[in-house]
Amino acid sequence: MTDDAVRVRGLRRSYRDTVAVDGLDLTIAHGEVRALLGPNGAGKTSTVEILEGHRPRDGGEVLVLGVDPARADVAWRREIGIVLQSTADGAELTVAEMIRHVARYFPRPRGLDETLTLVGLTDKRDSRIRKLSGGQRRRLDVALGIVGRPRLLFLDEPTTGFDPVARRRFWETVRGLDTTVLLTTHYLEEAEALADRVTVIADGRVVAEGTPDTLGRRDLATVVWRDGREQTADPAAVVARLSAAYGGQVPGLSITRPSLEDVYLDLIGGSR
Amino acid sequence: MTTLGLGSARAGVELRQFWRERDAVVFTFALPVVLLTLLGSLFSGVYPGSPVTSAQYLVPSMIAAGVASTTFVNLGVGIATDRDDGTLKRLRGLPTPPLAYLIGKILLVAVVTAAEVLLLSLVGVLLFDLPLPASPSRWLTFGWVFALGVVACSLLGVAASALARSARSAAAVMNLPYVVLAFLSGIYYTPVGALPDWVIRIGSVFPLKWMAQGFRSAFLPDSILPQEVVRSWEHGRTALVLTAWCIGGLVLCLTTFRWRGRQSS
Repeated sequence: MTDDAVRVRGLRRSYRDTVAVDGLDLTIAHGEVRALLGPNGAGKTSTVEILEGHRPRDGGEVLVLGVDPARADVAWRREIGIVLQSTADGAELTVAEMIRHVARYFPRPRGLDETLTLVGLTDKRDSRIRKLSGGQRRRLDVALGIVGRPRLLFLDEPTTGFDPVARRRFWETVRGLDTTVLLTTHYLEEAEALADRVTVIADGRVVAEGTPDTLGRRDLATVVWRDGREQTADPAAVVARLSAAYGGQVPGLSITRPSLEDVYLDLIGGSR
Repeated sequence: MTTLGLGSARAGVELRQFWRERDAVVFTFALPVVLLTLLGSLFSGVYPGSPVTSAQYLVPSMIAAGVASTTFVNLGVGIATDRDDGTLKRLRGLPTPPLAYLIGKILLVAVVTAAEVLLLSLVGVLLFDLPLPASPSRWLTFGWVFALGVVACSLLGVAASALARSARSAAAVMNLPYVVLAFLSGIYYTPVGALPDWVIRIGSVFPLKWMAQGFRSAFLPDSILPQEVVRSWEHGRTALVLTAWCIGGLVLCLTTFRWRGRQSS
């Protein structure tokens, strides 16, 4: 009955006396890249693990690719790709052996060469996994997440610990994928670079949702001059009006737009 | 792919990783061989009324201890490690029934255990002139003791894997009970009949003592029986105790097995 890749209504989950997820709603369309942002302890990991079918929930309605993950079966798992947060498995295997092994679980996997190219590990094909750098290991994890051609890919803080160059390369990899992605991250520039839409959660609830450039009224610029300030979607018009009023130079003029980080800190600030 | 197919794919990966991890290979294979060689060379003499030397007496017991090591210790450490390094978490996210993982482990244990038994028998034959089981019925005894012993110790290993908090502590957590049990079961001691009474009583509760006794009954002539605790191989009792541990081990597995580590419940 649903055409969405993910549909969550009123999700709840508590651990002893702390409420991790408190009535969360989330809808992700097919083909969308969605970033889930929030401070530590906001309920990101709990939410994602419930969607992955790794964690039971206390309440709410969850459909992932039309199936309740709490009743996930092998057929559903074939459509899902998971890139785990921190892994150290298969240390003694080579990159190629590990990818081939994981590919065996899926009915129509990507070829080894195609997968290696997608994540940029072609020259590490025969290296032992134990010898990979942190960034290479992460790209291998992505390779293992996408080798089965999933319709939905979970990326949980994929670039933590990356240097800037590795992070850019990784973004290229994700942009090259043709699949729905749910990304959790601490890096706002990562959300901005990858996501079609951004959901900010705090205290287990959604506090804002939108495209990266309109989230939290980010589309409004603030025009400040000596005698006043104004928020506007069309700063050029305001400046033109002021310029006419002052007969040329506007004294103390500045136009600023909040960065995604400003908006984000503002949004979660209220919950702290 | 079928569960069995995925299970054998797991076994392939498990075996590759096992052979490439030198520490594990050394611990699993070299330690029993070194112990057998040292102890066999230290003990000398022939038991009165039989052609059996102390070293020959030691070999079947050491084979039993070897089997316990490649099943109980190997599985306990292996599963704790898989839980710690993310292997189990990854598998839970893949389209596979959990049974495929266990089939992979069983095949790994089967291959490693067979290699261990061969290696220790070879050392026994080459260094200490151990005669191989002399008749089909003795081979049969060896067969069923081996089968029951492997199943019981494997199930206990799977159950005990839950005791280890991390991969790092697993080796210690698994080896301590193993070594203590080996002593209590009279593995490093000949003849078993000379063990203190309380040791025999505790040892008789656990499967290792019976597996060792069963292997001795397959390899050694009946003329050695006066050196045993009882003047009989007690095959019925051996089968009973080992079967009881198989069932108990299975129940323990089903009640204690955890896919996740303790900290991330």
